Amino acid sequence: MTSLFFFLASLTLLCALMVVISKNPVHSVLFLIITFFTISGHYILLNAQFLAAVNIIVYAGAIMVLFLFVIMFLNMGKESEQHVKTSTLSKIAGTLAGGLLFVVMIAALKDSKIAGYDPETYNSQIGMVESLGKVLFTEYLLPFELASVLFLVAMVGAVMLGKKEAGEQHF
Amino acid sequence: MESVDLLYKGIYILVIFGITLLIATYSTYFERKIAAFIQDRVGPNRAGPAGLLQPLADAGKLFFKEDFIPAKSNKALFVIGPGIAMLVATMSSAVIPFGDMLIVGGREIFLQAIEVNIGVLYVFGVVSLGVYGLMIGGWASNNKFSLLGAIRAASQNISYELAMGLSLIAVLMLTGSLSLREIAAQQAGFNWNIWYQPLGFVIFLVCAFAETNRTPFDLPESEAELIGGYHTEYGSMKLGMYLFAEYINIFVASAVMATLYFGAYNFPFMENLREAISDPVLANNVVTMVGVGVMFAKIFLFIFFFMWVRWTLPRFRYDQLMKLGWQILIPLAILNIILTGGGILLKEYLF
Repeated sequence: MTSLFFFLASLTLLCALMVVISKNPVHSVLFLIITFFTISGHYILLNAQFLAAVNIIVYAGAIMVLFLFVIMFLNMGKESEQHVKTSTLSKIAGTLAGGLLFVVMIAALKDSKIAGYDPETYNSQIGMVESLGKVLFTEYLLPFELASVLFLVAMVGAVMLGKKEAGEQHF
Repeated sequence: MESVDLLYKGIYILVIFGITLLIATYSTYFERKIAAFIQDRVGPNRAGPAGLLQPLADAGKLFFKEDFIPAKSNKALFVIGPGIAMLVATMSSAVIPFGDMLIVGGREIFLQAIEVNIGVLYVFGVVSLGVYGLMIGGWASNNKFSLLGAIRAASQNISYELAMGLSLIAVLMLTGSLSLREIAAQQAGFNWNIWYQPLGFVIFLVCAFAETNRTPFDLPESEAELIGGYHTEYGSMKLGMYLFAEYINIFVASAVMATLYFGAYNFPFMENLREAISDPVLANNVVTMVGVGVMFAKIFLFIFFFMWVRWTLPRFRYDQLMKLGWQILIPLAILNIILTGGGILLKEYLF
């Protein structure tokens, strides 16, 4: 199990790095999809099968398809990349900012303890659909309903923005 | 898991893989035969008796064609595209229960490759990944018609996935389980889900047509407007794999519909058959084997239906397709959920 975890973790980090490093945006998106798959693998290691499946359906199956869709339309080839020039100043600034964030993260994580688990009270079924549904509809009912209202508002906003003007015909 | 179980699982997965490929191969033959019958022709009849060796001849021809990669394409992705399409197509048959339990030498053998408690979600996730093969292939070809085909495939899949998921939810409300084995077991005898979910089944069927890119929803490859759609630049066995993946998808979609709505391996009077045989082990095995036969009969009926529709209905226009998906199927699916919920509550209230 431990070796599987380390294999998955290193694969996740490698793919996540490749998202940033890749020159071609389509390659970046494809590496991001592989990253989502490895994260789903982590969920399965934690015995959270439902989250793993939903992660793949929502992120890899729907959102990343839309990402890929938009990037394919933009058609950023080799020509457009040559125009982008990063100045030395912003390179230095980026390195500094990234390094500072790294220091902050190390400072924050230095004294933190890894939360262990008690084998006596640990419930291995906690990530299954049944227990998740029970928790969502009893203990966390209000945040759950509020999140759904938020989604509804976002959807209405998207419909408003996408609505055609009167008299205009696109096809 | 014991090593015997592991060995059995390995053999079972290989058998299902082989059956999937065989059915996909012969779907091409029957597609042409059915098209010929509908158009009052003879169809392929040269290779072998009644043209039965035609799929082998087609495959041989595809293998001997030149394996061509366009000069300005993205070569790695161009090769990976058909591979992804094929890989994803063969993945989803893993959770489908093709039969109940066999008892061999006191050992219970389930005719299902893997039993996960999220079986429906697994199928749904794999189906939603199917579009990547088309998108990557279409984009990597560096051809505007391919790209248009790929983009049509992407938007069509996303639009119909929503209605498909909503129609699935109504089934899940009835069964109260995400496990396909559980759903199949609950439909014992003639207690099929289709009697409770006729509207949900129609929505699911339409969405299955759209997800497998079959006529009347085959706009990603409509030859009249897009030459060949996403596989315009493909030739040889890479094209073969795209076409093959489509037939595997039809097989899987048929199997899922048979499992969710038409009672999977269950058939009427199966309990009478079980009681008619005195030896309980033999009775169980006979019922299971008949059940496997019934399951495949249902799958073949659905495959035939896919082909029947292809050669009967004309293609949609693209805006009609989007309108059907967003403005008709999704509201209908939500109505179906409300009706199902009301029905469940009414049943609890009355009985």
